[in-house]
Amino acid sequence: MSIIEIKNVTKTFDEKKSNIHALSDISLSVEEGEIFGVIGLSGAGKSTLVRCMNLLEKPTAGEVWVDGKNLITLSSKDLRLMRREIGMIFQHFNLLMQRNVLDNVCFPMEIAGVKKREARERAMNYLRIVGLEEKAKAYPVQLSGGQKQRVAIARTLASNPRIILCDEATSALDPQTTGTILSLLKKINQEYGITIVVITHEMRVVEEICDRVAVLDKGTLAEIGKVREVFDHPKSNAAKSLLLERKIEQLGVNTADGI
Amino acid sequence: MFKMLADGTWDTLYMVLISTLLGYLIGLPLGTLLTVTDADGIRPNKVLYKILDIIINITRSIPFLILLILIMPFTKAIVGKSYGTTATIVPLTVAAAPLIARMVESSLKEVDKGVIEAAFSMGAGYFTIIWKVLVTEARTSLLVGVTIALGTILGYSAMAGVIGGGGLGDIAIRYGYYRYETGIMIVTVAVLVILMQILQWVGMLLSRQIDKRRKS
Ligand SMILES: Nc1ncnc2c1ncn2[C@@H]1O[C@H](COP(=O)(O)OP(=O)(O)OP(=O)(O)O)[C@@H](O)[C@H]1O
Ligand SMILES: [Mg+2]
Repeated sequence: MSIIEIKNVTKTFDEKKSNIHALSDISLSVEEGEIFGVIGLSGAGKSTLVRCMNLLEKPTAGEVWVDGKNLITLSSKDLRLMRREIGMIFQHFNLLMQRNVLDNVCFPMEIAGVKKREARERAMNYLRIVGLEEKAKAYPVQLSGGQKQRVAIARTLASNPRIILCDEATSALDPQTTGTILSLLKKINQEYGITIVVITHEMRVVEEICDRVAVLDKGTLAEIGKVREVFDHPKSNAAKSLLLERKIEQLGVNTADGI
Repeated sequence: MFKMLADGTWDTLYMVLISTLLGYLIGLPLGTLLTVTDADGIRPNKVLYKILDIIINITRSIPFLILLILIMPFTKAIVGKSYGTTATIVPLTVAAAPLIARMVESSLKEVDKGVIEAAFSMGAGYFTIIWKVLVTEARTSLLVGVTIALGTILGYSAMAGVIGGGGLGDIAIRYGYYRYETGIMIVTVAVLVILMQILQWVGMLLSRQIDKRRKS
């Protein structure tokens, strides 16, 4: 069974001058245990799509099914409970700046009403998983970008999620740090069987960790399939041009190295 | 004279602290409501926002001395008389609340939208977000606001001296203005200045102390 099913989702933003069709009739499903990529140019609707998966954004039309439940018909209380199963990490980490690392990781457990002592013990364990136990007492301002993202990952683990949504989780990081975050996500996926959805505009991210990928183009689904297939035999123009850009980028790097 | 100054200082502190406290009792929820119901808030509500917005703008645009006189009947109804320190608390609170609401609003609006969104994605409800994200993350700015509020109310309390409001302002006006005893007036004003300085200093020190966004 698919863990996430997006059915004919449309999202229109009503702006003063004209309406923006961020998503037009998108249907796709994410299988349990996979790492699913969503790629597309800036403004393609990637963030909007992923925000529909936990209903941070309410679709104008269509259905969002997660773990067999239609999120749109859930009461607000049930939706809150459901969101605990869907972790989310962000480009800018979004940590609480006035709390130390340990208390940041405790936050979702506080929301869920876990006892403080138990929460702290569990939080230390999650920090161990992301390799930051020695920073437990540090404040976010004292951490590097990569460390902040690791805290954010520990924080999502704290609500025992079945799914983690990542919106440009590595876009604010340098290539090397991106690598460590990607392998951490991969590890979490393999060891805990957590389904991961990654939104990105970097081909590299998809190449390195995704099983399948969806290509978005101006709010429509241009192409979807196994990463290798889409990358080796792109059918849509959107996928072709993204790949071409990637090639030029690599060539650019190579010539720069050559000089 | 020393006794008189000490009493005056005490009266002033009593008026300022109680009315700021009462001002926060009204202004903190009001400012939070403004933040929450504004168009980019967590629970937008155009009508409610507009109503609160207008009420606050009206009360804030009335000069304090006029307000003092305008609400005298109201003050009398609550306290039983319209002069003296306790009576002055009423207009001071009425003046403080909208000012505080605005400052709370601007402090809470500084909180990063991304962090609020992250809390929503964790399944937090509105009250958790207001208390544990908005208020907690904005605490430094809120405390700076308290310092400013106390300072402003201190100034207002001195103005209330004109109509026999009690406290240092009262002394300064009675001696300096009506009896031409400039010496007493200057000393009283000096005490007011010192109070203001201490307030400012303690407020800034505290808000720096609790701010975890600074390195080291
Ligand atoms: N809250 C909003 N109000 C109005 N328009 C919006 C809103 N959010 C997104 N949009 C519009 O919807 C379209 C898709 O935006 P979205 O953020 O989903 O794109 P994206 O693929 O994530 O782009 P990027 O790579 O730049 O993050 C854009 O045209 C954007 O301007
Ligand atoms: Mg985006």
